Amino acid sequence: MSEILPIIVAKYNYWLYIILMMIGLYAMISKNNLIKKLVGMNIFQTSIILFYVSIGYKTNATIPIIENAHGDSHSPHELIIHAADYINPLPHVLMLTAIVVSVATFGVALALAVKIYQRYQTLEEDEIRMRLTEE
Amino acid sequence: MLQQYSEQAGGQKIEIHSSNHSFALWRLLLYATADFPAWGDPNSPANSYLSPHYIQKSIEETGVPNLVTSVLADYRGFDTMFETAVVFCAGLACFLLLRNFKQKEENFYRHIPTGVIIQFKKGDKTLPVGKEFEHIDTEWIPYDLIIKTVCRILIPFIQLYALYVVAHGDFSPGGGFQGGVIFGSSLMLYAIAYNLRTLVQRVKEKLLGLFCAIGVLIYAGIGVVCMALGGNFLDYGKLSQILPVDPGHIRAYGMLGVEIGVGITVMAAMVIIYVNIVSIGRHDEGL
Repeated sequence: MSEILPIIVAKYNYWLYIILMMIGLYAMISKNNLIKKLVGMNIFQTSIILFYVSIGYKTNATIPIIENAHGDSHSPHELIIHAADYINPLPHVLMLTAIVVSVATFGVALALAVKIYQRYQTLEEDEIRMRLTEE
Repeated sequence: MLQQYSEQAGGQKIEIHSSNHSFALWRLLLYATADFPAWGDPNSPANSYLSPHYIQKSIEETGVPNLVTSVLADYRGFDTMFETAVVFCAGLACFLLLRNFKQKEENFYRHIPTGVIIQFKKGDKTLPVGKEFEHIDTEWIPYDLIIKTVCRILIPFIQLYALYVVAHGDFSPGGGFQGGVIFGSSLMLYAIAYNLRTLVQRVKEKLLGLFCAIGVLIYAGIGVVCMALGGNFLDYGKLSQILPVDPGHIRAYGMLGVEIGVGITVMAAMVIIYVNIVSIGRHDEGL
């Protein structure tokens, strides 16, 4: 146990994302209600976002906005920039768009759920399947 | 009875199976974390190949201090353009799935000074909506004066902040996606504080659809203008031939134009999705 604990503490970000991801996956597979499935999908997406943002992190680094580069007082060639001083901007870019796209696609999923409810008067998956076999 | 029992057992079986599967995958992934780089390691694979180039050369190559914006709108401009197109398509899909143009047969009008409600059954009769009458629904509830007043004061500031976030995206945290969402949320706040009809009257549906398309068009249009000036698609450096600005900052202006396009599309798409979902496409009282 004394050997495992430091490993967990050093990599707790991965543990958190894996736990969240499995909660989302479990909800998507096993829940019967479509809205609960959508909530599971959202938890899954959030865990991926956390994972991406956490791998871009560097200890003792600041946000990816270059300091002292505003305005014209400094010529860009005079600036000395160390990559270790700024966190990785790439995961942030990817997740920035992923968040907005996930909200938009979640809206489409909700619209589909509304249409399913209007047609079958229920959002429970087994009841929908029953209605489908009846028709 | 038997069938019911077997269905229940089947449901339970699915639940047990899925929990077993996700538990197995959970253990596999946790086992794999042993090979992952430590938290905050500056030399991890994700931080070592492309990202140092972005951090060290971005100012030199693009002149934009906010690295997230320069990577988003310049280095990965294609990606962002199609993400914007995805948001546009989501707004379009919501509209096509839910929009219902059928009007209700009953119409209710409320006489504002007296509070008298007039009902028209199965008629095409309408009253002029204005200072005297307003069009309401059966779920109508009186406005709350406090919420109304606070929102009337707050909404202009929220919108101003959204414009600031878009316009300052090159130099401070912000950009088109964030600013667009903030602007869209201010319109949603308006719909919640008053009612959906007030919002739809103020911001017409056609205008929202037009904005949603215009944003993508601005983005792609800037790319095409760059091509017409002899560069690659979205090569903002070529814009210096037509814009009378400092050539060192030309890429920042190109990115600003692109971000404005993104902001317009995201704002309109968010409002379209909200308006269609809360009123199930009827654009009446809604939430």
